[in-house]
This record gives sequence, C-alpha cells and structure tokens, in this order.
Amino acid sequence: MEKVGVCDDFVNLKATELRLGLPGTEDGCEEEKEKITCGKSNKRALPETEKEIESTGKTETASPPKAQIIGWPPVRSYRKNSFQTKKNESEGQGMYVKVSMDGAPYLRKIDLTVYKQYLELMKSLENMFKFSVGEYFEREGYKGSDFVPTYEDKDGDWMLVGDVPWEMFVSSCKRLRIMKGSEVKGLGCGV
Amino acid sequence: MGWAFYNVPCSDTNTSLHPFSLAKGLVTSGRNTCTPYHSSTVKIPFVAILRTNLHQEMNYFPDEVIEHIFDSIASHRDRNSISLVSKSWHKIERCCRRRVFIGNCYAISPERLIGRFPCLKSLTLKGKPHFADFNLVPHEWGGFVHPWIDALARARVGLEELRLKRMVVSDESLELLSRSFANFKSLVLVSCEGFTTDGLASIAANCRHLRELDLQENEIDDHRGQWLNCFPDSCTTLTSLNFACLKGETNLSALERLVARSPSLKSLKVNRAVPLDALTRLMSCAPQLVDLGVGSYENEPDTESFAKLLAAIKKCTSLRSLSGFSEVAPLCLTAFYPICQNLTYLNLSYAAEIHGNHLVKFIQFCKRLQRLWILDSIGDKGLEVVASACKELQELRVFPSDLHDEEDNNAAVTEVGLVAISAGCRKLHSILYFCKQMTNAALITVAKNCPNFIRFRLCILEPNKPDHVTSQSLDEGFGAVVQACKGLRRLSVSGLLTDKVFLYIGMYAEQLEMLSIAFAGDTDKGMLYVLNGCKKLRKLEIRDSPFGNAALLADVDKYETMRSLWMSSCDVTLGGCKRLARDAPWLNVEIINENEDNGMERNEEDEREKVDRLYLYRTVVGTRNDAPSCVTIL
Repeated sequence: MEKVGVCDDFVNLKATELRLGLPGTEDGCEEEKEKITCGKSNKRALPETEKEIESTGKTETASPPKAQIIGWPPVRSYRKNSFQTKKNESEGQGMYVKVSMDGAPYLRKIDLTVYKQYLELMKSLENMFKFSVGEYFEREGYKGSDFVPTYEDKDGDWMLVGDVPWEMFVSSCKRLRIMKGSEVKGLGCGV
Repeated sequence: MGWAFYNVPCSDTNTSLHPFSLAKGLVTSGRNTCTPYHSSTVKIPFVAILRTNLHQEMNYFPDEVIEHIFDSIASHRDRNSISLVSKSWHKIERCCRRRVFIGNCYAISPERLIGRFPCLKSLTLKGKPHFADFNLVPHEWGGFVHPWIDALARARVGLEELRLKRMVVSDESLELLSRSFANFKSLVLVSCEGFTTDGLASIAANCRHLRELDLQENEIDDHRGQWLNCFPDSCTTLTSLNFACLKGETNLSALERLVARSPSLKSLKVNRAVPLDALTRLMSCAPQLVDLGVGSYENEPDTESFAKLLAAIKKCTSLRSLSGFSEVAPLCLTAFYPICQNLTYLNLSYAAEIHGNHLVKFIQFCKRLQRLWILDSIGDKGLEVVASACKELQELRVFPSDLHDEEDNNAAVTEVGLVAISAGCRKLHSILYFCKQMTNAALITVAKNCPNFIRFRLCILEPNKPDHVTSQSLDEGFGAVVQACKGLRRLSVSGLLTDKVFLYIGMYAEQLEMLSIAFAGDTDKGMLYVLNGCKKLRKLEIRDSPFGNAALLADVDKYETMRSLWMSSCDVTLGGCKRLARDAPWLNVEIINENEDNGMERNEEDEREKVDRLYLYRTVVGTRNDAPSCVTIL
C-alpha cells in the first residue's frame, strides 16, 4: 500500500540523501563523510587514550548511530554498495516524492521504495487519485485514458513514467505529475 | 636484472645445466625452443647471459631470430631487463614488444609510449591510486582513458587488447575504441566508471573480432538491456563475457542467442537480473563453460525448475570456477553439488543473506579448491571445515558481512579461524582477512605454519585494537610474519602497532613491494624504517598515522625507485610537500583537498598546515594538465 505520511521537508531530505547504491546516484556512502580524526590522537598504549579512541569505533554499550570513519573498513565501494542496496530494500529507508495531479487541489507524497515495479506504482496512484491510467506502449506511450503519469528526473526534464528500467526510475525520479487533457498530446500519446 | 623461465626441452629437471650451455641451446635448438614445454623448466639468470657475452654472440643472428627468442619472454620485468642489456637489444626489443603494462597512467604519456613501442598489441593501464577504492579520492581526480585511446587511434597502433583499472572511461572513449582498431579482441575493465551501456553497445556492434568483454566491479549506468542485441549475428568468437556488475535488466533472449552462437565461450558471468530458468537455458547451451558467474536467486526454486537446473549443471563438466550469487537460496546452492569437486575457484562473497552453515556444507565438498572468496558469516567453525577439506587452497579472502558494525557480531571470524586455515592449508600463499580481533600468538603460529605467503593482508575492523588477550600491540605478530615469509611481496597491517613493527618490516621484508598502513606507528621513525629497509618497495600507502615531514623528506631519491606514495590524515605539512616538490622535480606531488573551495584558499604562508591527502608518483612527463580544482600539483 502506498505510504502517504505528512513528512516535513527535513525528514525527506534526509531520506533521499541516504539513498545508496542504485544506478544514477552519485555519492556513495554519505554517512562516511563524517570524518573522525583518529589519526591525530594516535599516541597510544595508555588505557585512557585507548578508551578515547574506542569511542569512535565500537562501543561496549549499544548506542545511537556510530559515526563512521571515511573509507574504513577498507572495502571497495562496489562491494559496500551491493550490500547497502539490500539493506535499504529490507529496512525501507524510503524515498518519498511528491505527486501532483492536474486539477487536484493538493499534492500527495509516496514512498517509491515500497514498490517493486511499475504496475504496483500505477495501481497505487490510480487508487490514490481515483483515476485510470490506460495502457503503456513503448512507442506510443499511454493509450486509453486522459491521464498520463510523468516524472521529473534529476536533470530537470519531464519524462514519461515507464520508459526506463524500474531501478533507474527510482533513482532518478524527483517528483511525479499526472498530466491530464490537452497537455497530454505533447508527449506523443494516442488517445 | 630479472630472472626468466625458459622452457627448454630437458629430460631431467634436476640436471644442473650451466647457464651458458642452456642459453646456447636456446638459441641453436631452433623453432621448438620457444614453445611451452610443460614437462620441464629451467631458470636462467640474465646476469649469467651477460657474463657469458651471449648477447654479443646473439647479435650475429638476424633480428627476426632474436625477436623470436624475446617473444618467449612474457614477464614485463624481464622484457624491461632485456631492453637494458645493450642498444641493439633495446632497439629490437622495443620493436617487437607486444604487451605493455603501465602501473600509473600519469607516469608516461601516450605519445611516448607509442613512440617507443609502435607494435603494441596489448596495453594495461592503471589510473587512480588504490585508496580510491575506499572513497578517499574524489571522483573527478583523473585517470581518463580517452587521451590514450585517441593517441593510439591516431598513430594507427594495431591494438588488440586493453585492460584498465580504476580509470575513467566514457561512452565516447568506448565508441572511439570500437571504431579505431580493426583487430580489437579483448576489453577488460576493473573498477572503472564514467560509462553506460551505450558504450558497451558500441563495443558489441563494432568490434568484429571481439573475444573478451570482462567488466569487473565497475560503476556503469545501465540504460537498457539492449546492448546485448548489438552483437551482430556474425559475432561468434566470444570466449569471455562478464557483465555481472550491471544493475539493470538484461535482454534475456538476446543473451541466450549470443551464448548459443558462441561455441568458444569459456567464461560467462551474468548479472542479478538473469533468473534461474534463463540460467538453466544458458548452461544447457554452453556446457563447455569453465567459468560461470550466476545471478541473484533469493527464492527457492520449485521442483521442476530445480530438476532442470540440476540437469544442466551436471552437463557442465568443465566448470572450474563459480561466482556471482548476490543472493542465493540454500536450495539453489545445492544444485551445484554435482560439479563442486571440480571447482578450483569459488566466490560466494556477495551472498550476504545465506547462513554460514549452508556455505560450509557446500564448500566441504570442494576438495580441489585453490581460491576461495567468502564472507565472515562462515565463522571460525566454518573456516575449520575449510581447513580440513580444502588442502589445495592457495588464496583465501574473507570479507566482512556487517560493514557498519551494527550487530554485536558473533558470526564473524577471529584469530581462531586464521590459525585453523594456516594449519590445514599448507599451500596458502595469499590471504585477505577481515576480522574483529587478533593475537600475537596466533600470528606467530600462522607465520610458522605458512612461510610461503606472498600476500598477507590483515584487517582488524576496529582501528588500533590490541592483542585481545594480552592487550599489547601486534608488533610481534606481524614481525613474525615478515621474518618467516621471505617471499612476502604485499602486506597490509592493522590493529595496535608501534614503530617497532616497521623496524621489523624494514629489517626482514626484503621482497616487499606494496605496504598498506592504517592507524599505526608512533613517530617518523616508523616510516623511515620502511623507506630505508624495504629495497624493493614500489607502493606505499598510509592513512591516519603520525608520520610527518622528517620521514617524508629524509630520502627523496627513494621515491624514484617507487611507483607512488600515498599519505592521508598524517602529519606532513604543506611546507614539507612544497620542499619535496622542489627537491624532486621528477615527481608529481599532488595535494588533494577536502573540497574545491580549499584549493589554495589557505594562506600561502601557512605551510604549517597539515596536508589532508598527499599522493606523489614518479613521472617522465611532468605535471598533468587534467587535474580538477580540488587537486593542487606542487
């Protein structure tokens, strides 16, 4: 089911920032950017200093998210990303995007990560806005309806939903807009 | 001078033949001299050849004969040695050199390369420094392959093979590559980035004689699965196809048709998007496969699918190497039982979800395994099983499964597993081991059990962690390793370490070529021990260690003998780096800043400012002109 929380912008910014591992995303492990200057306090052997150093790594007691050291452990980004994708998928960190529909008084928000494919997304949108989207054809776009789902990608362009592989869509979609009526013709849709 | 292995027809390898007679035999025994002769090999030192003036005798032979002899020498180092013997050998060697390896693409320019080796057929290039793998180098740092392809194309070099590591490759580069070299056969890209499947489409469409397309762990923008369709129907020469790192969908029918018309295909590694039934069909039409990488199978197959898969696998009697498995349901894994005793290489290191038990059950039957890559979820107990089952094991890599240390992890490995492996696998020569704890006693035992290590990389996940039993530093443990393993070429150290470990390394690690240091040492002495002691050192990479200007500047000439030095979060200052750059004009001294703004914003006078990241390397072509603004070349 679609998640439509009333989330404030800060939360969502965070949510999208933590997006990792999918094609098209630029920055890898964001959390690693919190750098710990371990090296500077490297004079050692005294128990107290060790404890000090330890506090930046693993702690005895469970604690809130530990700060990560950049590039540590020395595992290739490729490998880290491939695990991270799985973690994200299971933990549902969420990727919320705004959805607007022409003629509707207010916008909604959905979490793209709860869907695995276009069909699920479409059904959810149809439910949310009470409309029907027609059938998707690779060449002609959506046929059989006045409504066409479009999205704004990272480059700021408005694209037809369904053209690119699902994962690529999820990583590049910034917002959704369900277009209606005359504007629709411009996208080469046959009705 | 180097050594060379000459395969000379000898009936008895134990005969100690005088090098001169051997070399003479090499020259005079005619056409069979240079063909591999597996029954026996004898070592001839080049020094011996020099001393016997053989090279002068050889000069009476026509160049083609000498070239033919040189052709049998594969190692880059030996080829380099040959070219230093005399002017005429230099000339002959450079004109018949087919394969060139360039460890740092900024050490030389494409033009000079082509000028010296006009008959080049195979080029290997490496770009970014090793620590780029761990996000320590900005993406835009450099390592662009385009100028190389461009220069090779303009000079009409007959390029057949290109192997790149940590370089930036664009679709334009790939397109240019595909159109410029009629005989292009092999493209291997490792840890590269900057291109999309459109670039792959050009390669597929235009390289008529393509044999190998091997993409390992690259960051590729996956546009569509249509690139596979771009292989023309006339393309039937593929021997190796690896697209495991592609993240998007794959056109399965295009793939199946391609595999069906590639009878020479020996290596196939597919991506996650190839489901089980497609895999079954692929294996059925390519039972000759030697090397297979599978996709992601998180769901248990139904009975019928399983039966079909099993049947297909049984036919693949040549299969020696298995990888992929980004997820694998236990039942899927069992389908591979029929061939597991033939496997020499097994990579299950991406299968994060599978429980150690299932891994162990499978691996225990892989009696011929030589290389194993797994996750630490196998546990110490699992490693004990490996130690008792895999007596042929030469290389082991154990990767961490819990990268963020979130769980109090009992399913990780410790020194117990490492000791078990060393006791059971006496042929072990390469290890990469991520663990949460270690002891000196364990390392000493490991060193005693396996004195044949050439690569020893130990990563204790928590920086500065001491011996967990004695709370002492791990100096003695690593000291034992370098002392016992006389052939050690690569070493990565971790845990709590003082200057002493570097004293040991400098004293004993005579063959060491690459050393990785993190969170270690106390004073400049540590780094100095290494620089002074390790005569064969080529690459030194250090992070978060208290080494400063005194160590950096003590022996500037040393860096001419090395490929590169990396220091990040250490104590070297801007002033020190500037001084180095002044004293050693044949070095590129690069300062990589936090972000673009820093650039030279910091006061010119503030040379006491510590340098965030320093990367220096020898070069014959001076400062590069493609550095981004966050990099300052002094």
